[in-house]
Amino acid sequence: MEEKKNHIEAEHKIFGPEDFEKNYSTLNLGPTHPATHGIFQNILTMNGETIEGAEQTIGYIHRAFEKIAERRPFYQITPLTDRLNYCSSPINNIGWHMTVEKLLGVKTSKRIDYMRIIIMELARITDHLICNSVIGVDSGALTGFIYLFQEREKVYDIYEEICGARLTTNLGRIGGFERDFTPSVIKKINDFLNGLPKVLKQFENLLIRNRIFMDRTIDVGAISAERALNYGFTGPCLRATGVDYDVRVMNSYSSYNDFDFIVPVGTNGDTYDRFCVRQEEMWQSIKLVKNALENLPEGNYHMDVPEFYLPPKEDVYSKMEPLIWHFKIVMGEIEVPVGEVYHSVEGGNGELGFYLVSDGGRTPYRLHFRRPGFIYYQAYPEMIKGSVLSDAILTMSSMNIIAGELDA
Amino acid sequence: MTEEKKTYTFTTRSKVVSNKKMTFMEKIYFPAIIKGMLITFSHLFKKKTTIQYPEVKRNIAEIYRGKHVLKRDDEGRERCTACGLCALSCPAEAITMIAAERKADEMHLYREEKYAKVYEINMLRCIFCGLCEEACPKEAIFLTNEIVPSNYERENFIYGKDKLVEPMDKDKRIDISKRQTTAVLEFKKDKNQSHNN
Repeated sequence: MEEKKNHIEAEHKIFGPEDFEKNYSTLNLGPTHPATHGIFQNILTMNGETIEGAEQTIGYIHRAFEKIAERRPFYQITPLTDRLNYCSSPINNIGWHMTVEKLLGVKTSKRIDYMRIIIMELARITDHLICNSVIGVDSGALTGFIYLFQEREKVYDIYEEICGARLTTNLGRIGGFERDFTPSVIKKINDFLNGLPKVLKQFENLLIRNRIFMDRTIDVGAISAERALNYGFTGPCLRATGVDYDVRVMNSYSSYNDFDFIVPVGTNGDTYDRFCVRQEEMWQSIKLVKNALENLPEGNYHMDVPEFYLPPKEDVYSKMEPLIWHFKIVMGEIEVPVGEVYHSVEGGNGELGFYLVSDGGRTPYRLHFRRPGFIYYQAYPEMIKGSVLSDAILTMSSMNIIAGELDA
Repeated sequence: MTEEKKTYTFTTRSKVVSNKKMTFMEKIYFPAIIKGMLITFSHLFKKKTTIQYPEVKRNIAEIYRGKHVLKRDDEGRERCTACGLCALSCPAEAITMIAAERKADEMHLYREEKYAKVYEINMLRCIFCGLCEEACPKEAIFLTNEIVPSNYERENFIYGKDKLVEPMDKDKRIDISKRQTTAVLEFKKDKNQSHNN
């Protein structure tokens, strides 16, 4: 008996010895549970229907991106960032490009900044669309999810028109973009912006003032502003607690301070607050894309940085000097300054940071991704303690933890 | 313990968006159910958004990054010179090539004096990022808007030159001009350039 007790104690350190006198049962939520939307494992200790404690496991789809990145030239790391938060991969791509540009000291023009804002805000809309519709699914309302997914398809069509891929976009290059917006891209963006408000309004009508949904989400998975700040929360999860921290405003990048937009905040950081904050952020994103599209300046779609941006193809085909530079850039034999930079962007679910250390070689000496999902997941046991199992699932989906980002 | 709830405000742009107080009408929750049912019901009469694949196919963008093609020039000679830049730039290490020297009787087959004897792309490794297309200095490899079909055997996903090189027949050549910039298309009209003849 004593031996068994010690064994259990070693497994669940969060419990005192007196807890085992009670009748607890252990439940494995995951790793492949249909309700967790990804590879997450939680070992829950249940007292009947109530969760007494949880232990989360990470690393089921760890692919060692930070280590792989140490062996790749800078431009080849972009496809790796696609696979972090795959619901909004263009934000990851552009965030990485801006990190490298910060290291190299490349200043981008207004046109590139505005093009980036358009793409990043579209990506934010898709990310929030998925998250909010999945909150609906997990609280038992599948219908809204299906209506919103049609809109997500339209954004993926826009990505396809810009870069040629839908999910793993590999969009943009260091110093700008690989190709300009074609007229059909602009048309598709305008069509999307005209159609979305109606669908979004309809979705809000379905859920936001519905008592079943409100009862199901208010005070579920709440966290105080102090605890959230101590954990290092960012993005919608922090704003839901009432802290108006937004990287786009606090540490403006890519000319975000040219635009005026509201930072929506919640009151006590529960699932309903997170839902409302995301919903309002989508309305703000629509406004931002519209503004950026209207004020899109004329100019080139990439900066004149011959050392880092590939020379025009017609010169590569016919002239010696561009061909040499083309080989140097593709082989990664360009001179990169020594130094370390941290750059963060407001990703779909929080502050996505890139910490890059360069020793002047062809690859990064060290690269760290600050993934917001990883930080939210640390607070998950605290947030679900004392709630019932179905609320734990709702809390997880409302935090928008993406498995690919959590495990990197 | 001086203040119950501390507020954290960093900007002047913040706005509280969630309202948790329910009105009487919201509390009785029948109107919300009826409203929801009406929205669902109205969708019965809307245009269907599903596509009846495979009878109907979605329009794929012209610059879609799908199956690769190895181009030939106007006279039907393979453009690839086996420089290896595509294999080097591939983040997934999906491209394998073995170079060989062109013989005197192969002038009509290969454009340059070095050519790729073996050129294989492992379509299970390939992530369709398009970096090989960008790295090619000889206008030889392009991605097309065709999708790699499924198969039962893993071996069949290793595409060799038999599947990658475009047909010799001029009518069956694959048009990739939509993927190129207008400056390149302009340049290709100039037949005095050694790249174009």
